[in-house]
Amino acid sequence: MERVYSKGFRPLAIATVLTTVAAFALIFFYAPLDADQGFIQKIFYVHVPMAIVALCGFVAGGVMAIRHLRTGERSWDMRSYVAIHLSIILGTGVLITGAIWAKASWGHWWVWDEPVLVSFLIVFLLYCVYYPLRFSIEDPERQARYSSVFAIAGGAFVPINFTAVRMAEAVTHPRVLSQTGGNLPGEMRLTFLVSLLAMALLFVTLWKLELTSKHASAQLKRLRSRLELRAEEHPAAQPVTR
Amino acid sequence: MIRTAGAILRKDLTIELRTKESVPAMTLFTVTVYVLFHFGLDRDSLDGELASGVLWVTLLLASVIGVSRLFAAEREQGGIDALLLAPVDRTALFVAKAAALFLYLLVLELVAVPAFGLLLLGPDLLAALPELLAILLLADVGLAAVGALVSALAAETRARELIVPLLLLPLLVPLLIGAASATAPLLRAGAAPEDLGRHLVLLGGYDLVFLLIALAVFDFLLED
Repeated sequence: MERVYSKGFRPLAIATVLTTVAAFALIFFYAPLDADQGFIQKIFYVHVPMAIVALCGFVAGGVMAIRHLRTGERSWDMRSYVAIHLSIILGTGVLITGAIWAKASWGHWWVWDEPVLVSFLIVFLLYCVYYPLRFSIEDPERQARYSSVFAIAGGAFVPINFTAVRMAEAVTHPRVLSQTGGNLPGEMRLTFLVSLLAMALLFVTLWKLELTSKHASAQLKRLRSRLELRAEEHPAAQPVTR
Repeated sequence: MIRTAGAILRKDLTIELRTKESVPAMTLFTVTVYVLFHFGLDRDSLDGELASGVLWVTLLLASVIGVSRLFAAEREQGGIDALLLAPVDRTALFVAKAAALFLYLLVLELVAVPAFGLLLLGPDLLAALPELLAILLLADVGLAAVGALVSALAAETRARELIVPLLLLPLLVPLLIGAASATAPLLRAGAAPEDLGRHLVLLGGYDLVFLLIALAVFDFLLED
């Protein structure tokens, strides 16, 4: 029971380290320099995997929330919370790296006619409300239930929002779909896929780590309160300090 | 279920008719925002994208008032316990609240849209009216569904007035995109719809998805 979250953690962590090292090695020594963007294009291997993993994390948080409402098990709410929490942290990274990339290749920190970037900002703003919503509900059981409802609505909102923003742009800016995936040369694609895998593994590792820590501190709290209860019941049995 | 929803809706409408709390506040708010836009933009008349944007942003902000008041009567005077004790489907409560919000929005637009035509709009409003009505109706359905869901979500939190706008407005961005870009060509000088079908499909899809989500998850709110 105690090791439920930490099961398989060590091999997972090792795999994450190895893949991340491999990804960075590929980025710097294997992937060719982009013809017109040069070195700055390499931020692509961090920015895009981070965005994909963050969005998947939001949707996964929604799926775990469905599990929570269906089974009534609080641990699923905890899983959903940690997934959304990590996705928001990654999302901050996505917005920062996106802005750096935009500044370097288009000359502006922010461009409104890039539908993916704009959609991501909207999703990010929505999920930032998860914290005030969650932590302004005191009753733990109700907190879990309301957070799950938010996570489900948010998870469904992600694809709708991306479609809507793309539709708004499509009139004025006809653009080639799958700029990032379809027409990459082989070396770039391999580097991209390894980076994506590394980011996904990093996400799962951090997710497990955070869950283990949350689980451990909840148990510690339970043990402490039991100890205090016992001290109140049998004051004589209390070990003498000093 | 429909009878229960009807009864709750009738109760809400009676309260609204007697206290006159939400709808007059929403209408007053829209007219005030038009005045603000007049001075903020320093323009006497608007058309095209600017007019459509001002109209829709104002309507969405006004809907925030309606949404944050939607469960107010129940919360403040404890009626929610009675509603929850009653052996009725929670879905009926959602349908009633969404329908009430929908009606509030209709009444609001009955005043706010003509007022916009009088105060700020350059081209004639009547030319754009039939298409605009369709857009307004579809947008109201989406607003009512999302609004009732957000209102129930925020009802339990300590900082209700803070959560409602923060939660509602990002959720409404797709709706704003569809409604504003469908309305923009209608408010130009030679009003001609442009890409209307596509935007109506977007609005309709949004309505459908959020109605279904709200119906599916509403049972879990207000469970106790």
